[in-house]
Amino acid sequence: MITLSTPARIRRTLLLVLGLLLAVLLGAPAAQASPHLPAPPPQQSLPAAVQAQQFDYRIGGVLRGVDGPIADVTVTASGNGFEGEVTSGPNGAWSIGVPEQGTYEVTLDEETLPEGIALAEGQENPREVTFANTSSATTLFLFGEGIVTTQASFLDTLAERAVAGFSFGLLLALSAVGLSLIFGTTGLTNFAHGEMVTFGAVLAFAFAGAGLPIAVAIVLAVVGGGLLGYAQDAGLWKPLRRRGTGLVPMMIVSIGFALALRYVIQFYFGGATQQLPGSQSQMIDIGSVSISRNNLTSLAVSLVIILLVAFLLLRTRIGKATRAVADNAALAAASGIDVDRVIRIVWVVGGMLAALGGILWAYYRPGVSYNMGQQILLLIFAGVTLGGLGTVFGALVGSIIVGLFVEISTIWLEADLKYVGALLILILVLLFRPQGILGRKERIG
Amino acid sequence: MDFGNILVNALGELISPTTAAYALAALGLAVHFGYAGLLNFGQAGFMAVGAYGFAIPTLSFNAPLPVAVLIAVLSSVVFAIVLGIPTLRLRADYLAIVTIAAAEIIRYVVTTNGLTNVTGSANGLAAFEGGFFGLNPFPARTYQLGPLSMNERDLWIRIVGWSVVVFACLVVWLLMRSPWGRVLKGIREDENAVRSLGKNVYAYKMQALVIGGILGSLAGIIFTLPRGAVQPANYATELTFFLYTCLLLGGMATVLGPVIGAMIFWVVLSLTQGILYGAIEVGAITFLSNAQAGQLRYILVGVALMLLMIFRPQGVLGNKKELAFA
Repeated sequence: MITLSTPARIRRTLLLVLGLLLAVLLGAPAAQASPHLPAPPPQQSLPAAVQAQQFDYRIGGVLRGVDGPIADVTVTASGNGFEGEVTSGPNGAWSIGVPEQGTYEVTLDEETLPEGIALAEGQENPREVTFANTSSATTLFLFGEGIVTTQASFLDTLAERAVAGFSFGLLLALSAVGLSLIFGTTGLTNFAHGEMVTFGAVLAFAFAGAGLPIAVAIVLAVVGGGLLGYAQDAGLWKPLRRRGTGLVPMMIVSIGFALALRYVIQFYFGGATQQLPGSQSQMIDIGSVSISRNNLTSLAVSLVIILLVAFLLLRTRIGKATRAVADNAALAAASGIDVDRVIRIVWVVGGMLAALGGILWAYYRPGVSYNMGQQILLLIFAGVTLGGLGTVFGALVGSIIVGLFVEISTIWLEADLKYVGALLILILVLLFRPQGILGRKERIG
Repeated sequence: MDFGNILVNALGELISPTTAAYALAALGLAVHFGYAGLLNFGQAGFMAVGAYGFAIPTLSFNAPLPVAVLIAVLSSVVFAIVLGIPTLRLRADYLAIVTIAAAEIIRYVVTTNGLTNVTGSANGLAAFEGGFFGLNPFPARTYQLGPLSMNERDLWIRIVGWSVVVFACLVVWLLMRSPWGRVLKGIREDENAVRSLGKNVYAYKMQALVIGGILGSLAGIIFTLPRGAVQPANYATELTFFLYTCLLLGGMATVLGPVIGAMIFWVVLSLTQGILYGAIEVGAITFLSNAQAGQLRYILVGVALMLLMIFRPQGVLGNKKELAFA
């Protein structure tokens, strides 16, 4: 780490990496059009059902049941001396052009619903839709039993949210442990970790799309994530470390890398959300708590993997070496530990954990999209910071707290605000205990 | 492929209101990061506070233009103080994470359906720019500015936007050559040395955060006015990263650097878009769709940010000795 090599050599390595990137980009012609990635962006799929009217303003929505989109349902809008009618398209989308902004009464004709599908309880029909100074207003009709608002007891709801939160927290922990290990050994706050998460899910989707069974696809994707970690360290971070680049510049480089990687993924994958095989699973009741089979599997898988990582860190030579490097790299090097090798292993393991986290996240959301990793990057950061930057078990504890908090807060908060709570505790923790729950005080410097 | 047209479009980006907004926000970042060494990754949040702080009073209780601008600026001051209290004592990477989280909180809050009446949730707000364009002294006709032609609205927003940029540059330049600015640069170089001279480092950092935040909120207003709409999706973390690219292009501890950086950023984006789309249109490039060409440009932005940081961290104008990091 301390030896400096000539800038020319670094320049060569970096050029090589960029060259490879370009070769990959230009060498694969329009993979978006290939059969296993039919990826029209969602915005473009909407107009399929859009009724051809030349009004500036429109009311619309998507009708979606448990089994997918619901087509051929009549929806009418009336108000302000106007009446319009439309039927939903094959993708469930409907949109009615209206002449002016204002309040309209929107009615869904329940007679036209397919058999076995009914509006969920408490869904107003007809309902009032008001424009909020925008050119379009959206209203969603919810269907089926899944969304029926049952009057469960508070404790049952709490238990159910807690189990879901635990599952979410553990999948966050997979990525957070990798991030924390990388931070601990190299000092880098890696903003590209979110893209490493996405990469795993996208790879799994690509392998599954190529006809491999999903279990094989997942294993290959995790290996691919490890390779990405290896390539990143070999091609980018090791040369930068040798150059003696500071931590803040490295952080900004990781942002550049994250942007590049995110758009490379979008370049091939497209802007749409896709589903991994088996993304719909039935609910399993354990006592009064019901959890989907996927969530339960995800919980078990992440628990096993995290215990494995903990075992490796505590009981093996390489784990001990990793902890030594994290504690004091110079001292570790002096006592004969090959620091660069340890860091390389940490990057590979971090990449694999992130990829697995991404696949589980794709089942949890559910869906694979090019920006899925970016969506949880801050939650991963929150978990890592809560526990204390650079401490592996802190990352685990912190992530579980974040996961629990996100899910349990949905009892009181609107679902679209659930991440806000987690980010708020991140800020509050830094206010009162900046070193995190398990961190040591000196780490904040 | 019409090269003339592509060039004119790229030239138009030099003085477009979006470039002005980017320049202003990047100037705010220069105050934060370049001069004070504060790694603020939440500039998009400041821009959102400015944009919503301007749009909500205008729409909700019909505030006149100066009042709306004042509210926007005051909200960004409050945001800076609220953000600064817990974070300014922290190390750079913690500060980065907290500011980026705060910016995302702002975005989630304005997107939530519970506040649709106030913020318009994901659709955002529109039709609040009437007051600004009502002040337009130019009669309605087409104006010719060199090869660029524009209507009276375009001309008015450009003149106002760039006047604000020039004024802000002047203020920052004067500030940074004042004793206050020297203390600030001292904090960037060695916080403890400045503290030992009896300066209140925390207060100086807070003042820098507020000033950069005000520039960010003004940038947010200028960014939304020509669009006539403010949408939460525009204020995601990527906006902050693009601003950092502009800042690093120009030079982070300079006054004109962010402005030139923003100009280069948008001219290059416009040129690559024009050339790629043109090449696709005439069939010279067949392996890219238009959407992919758009993504290719942002891949280039990411790569450019990496290369700049590695090989020329001081940017076009900067001085290598004046970097916020060793």
